[in-house]
Amino acid sequence: MSEHILEFKPAEGFRARSKAVVDNPFLRQSFRGAMDFLMSKRAAQFPDAEELESLRTLGERIRQYNLAKLPTLLEQLEAKLTQNGIQVHWAETPDEANAIILGICHARHAKLMVKGKSMVSEEIELNHAAEAAGIGALESDMGEYIVQLANEKPSHIIMPAIHKTKEEIARLFADKVEGVDYTDNVDALIQIGRNVLRQKFLEADIGLSGVNFAVAETGTLCLVENEGNGRMCTTAPPVHIAVTGIEKIVEKLEHIPPLLSLLTRSATGQNISTYFNMISSPRLAGEKDGPGEVHLVLLDNGRSQAYADEQLRKTLQCIRCGACMNHCPVYTRIGGHAYGTTYPGPIGKIISPHMLGLEATSSMATASSLCGACGEVCPVKIPIPELLMRLREEAFTAPHANPAMVGQGAGYSWLMTSVWKGWAAVYRSPSLYGVATWLGSRFSWLMPSKQGAWTSVRVPLKPAPRRLRDMLRERG
Amino acid sequence: MSSRDRILSKLKAKMPSTVAALPDVTGWFATHRVVESAADKASRFRACIELAHAEVHAVTPANWLTTLREILRTKGLDKILVSEETTHGCAVLDEFPAHGIDCQVYDMAIEAWKTEMFNATPASLTAARAAIAETGTLILWPDAAEPRLMSLVPPVHFVLLDASKIYNTFFEAMQTEGWANGLPTNALLISGPSKTADIQQTLAYGAHGPKELVVLLLTEDAQ
Repeated sequence: MSEHILEFKPAEGFRARSKAVVDNPFLRQSFRGAMDFLMSKRAAQFPDAEELESLRTLGERIRQYNLAKLPTLLEQLEAKLTQNGIQVHWAETPDEANAIILGICHARHAKLMVKGKSMVSEEIELNHAAEAAGIGALESDMGEYIVQLANEKPSHIIMPAIHKTKEEIARLFADKVEGVDYTDNVDALIQIGRNVLRQKFLEADIGLSGVNFAVAETGTLCLVENEGNGRMCTTAPPVHIAVTGIEKIVEKLEHIPPLLSLLTRSATGQNISTYFNMISSPRLAGEKDGPGEVHLVLLDNGRSQAYADEQLRKTLQCIRCGACMNHCPVYTRIGGHAYGTTYPGPIGKIISPHMLGLEATSSMATASSLCGACGEVCPVKIPIPELLMRLREEAFTAPHANPAMVGQGAGYSWLMTSVWKGWAAVYRSPSLYGVATWLGSRFSWLMPSKQGAWTSVRVPLKPAPRRLRDMLRERG
Repeated sequence: MSSRDRILSKLKAKMPSTVAALPDVTGWFATHRVVESAADKASRFRACIELAHAEVHAVTPANWLTTLREILRTKGLDKILVSEETTHGCAVLDEFPAHGIDCQVYDMAIEAWKTEMFNATPASLTAARAAIAETGTLILWPDAAEPRLMSLVPPVHFVLLDASKIYNTFFEAMQTEGWANGLPTNALLISGPSKTADIQQTLAYGAHGPKELVVLLLTEDAQ
């Protein structure tokens, strides 16, 4: 159904794609409006600054506590899920995860898979792998359904179709959905999606979902959603496959209420989502519905690399609320597609290098003004600006032995490093500085009129004819 | 070495040696959430879930059946799915057919009647196990008597809630009921009818689950 449109090569196309969005006033307006909406909804959920701050601190502690015990908790989760009758699979790479999922589908002679919203399934590009294997993979979250119909990818991790207007969606439905006339009435559009997808929930052989939290002590998979498609995918088909990153685990059930509260309030400004779905086993003897088989696929895909470094490990605290992108001045202007990665925005900049390597992502960490808004709103206090600085350092320092990341030094340039070293030396030494400024003021006419990116929107830089120190000396 | 072992050994090699202190979740809730009287919890629950577009009707053991029948009539519904294994389901089964309301029962595995469930089941009635005042949330533990799809597929879902079972918070509910000792196949929190804002941030109800959620809030004395 969908064809591959965006490739994971952000280093090559990032600038061009960003420029295309910045030049499109309609897209900019639509992102600006959507982000303002989400920011004000979130703000309304946190009227008490003390409550917010203490809850964020608690959320941070919970995530750090659980990450500190991660391998032990994964083993505990596996044991508990197995005891409950849920089959656990492990995948180091996207290919391996796809092979596991498609293997389960083939064993059941599956033709149709309905999918609940899962960013990990986007990360492994499951839809393409499924189609190549002759299995239909249909997105059932309304936003995901819309972007799949349009042969696109989600542009936001919480609101996948945020870049589309209702008129565009109306035209899309009229063109692509059989027997549908143009209507831009939102209720009517949702009912069209509902009717198409209800039939699919009824027919599907496999239901696929993500996981928001996995609880080790009880062996429970938790899903947060508003539409009910997540419940459909995990209840109506005979097989449910859940796929998640290895970091989404908590030891204790009591860790869930604070994280759930932080997640829904930060993401969409709801005090709670419509549904919170906790799954602890397949259908038991005597029960009349629910899947007879439940599988969990645990994916690494670079997460263990982030885990290995104490600072980079903080990246894994993320609960995927999307507040960092909603508050990001860069995301607001360029939208989600420009990044070219599954996860856009500030969280995308700090997690993608672990998944794709720094060669493909070295420019991402530089596309930030370091304004700090992302770190300030993060519900689990990930120090995103600090991590962006760290990734710049990893990407642009000379390659060295035992790097913390694959692709360390990918953005390194001898010339640029030398220029900055020279600059630093001049500013550290008063005598060198004196010589440099003397030369600058005498030979300012040598400055070129074209100074790269600077002069694309500004007048050329030119040292003043007289130095500040000379002028001050004259004044006495 | 399997993928499992490779992932675990990579993580174990870099696991921090010091164990972080257990986060004090109990302490946070004790200092940041109010404990309210039964009446206040009921009204907070009601206000929150109504804000999420659910309909709430205060009922008593004496009048809930009549109220339910009235609502069905107002909504033009003449068919409802109930459980024949619960007392409230049996009460409906005893009384409604005589009033011209067709009662379906969930008496066999879904495979035998999936199409009928999806295409010809306009409404259902289940009980809620409990509720949460803070967020206006119903707690359901679907079981063999009232299976999972009963609260999901029919476009109108009626829920009978005993007002004495409203907790202040989700945390209080799981602690008081000892959820950590064991959870059922599926435990659900439901806080309104199905909805989405995926088209231009415009809120629309009835995305994939029930279009309407009707709570019958049961108290001994009519409020």
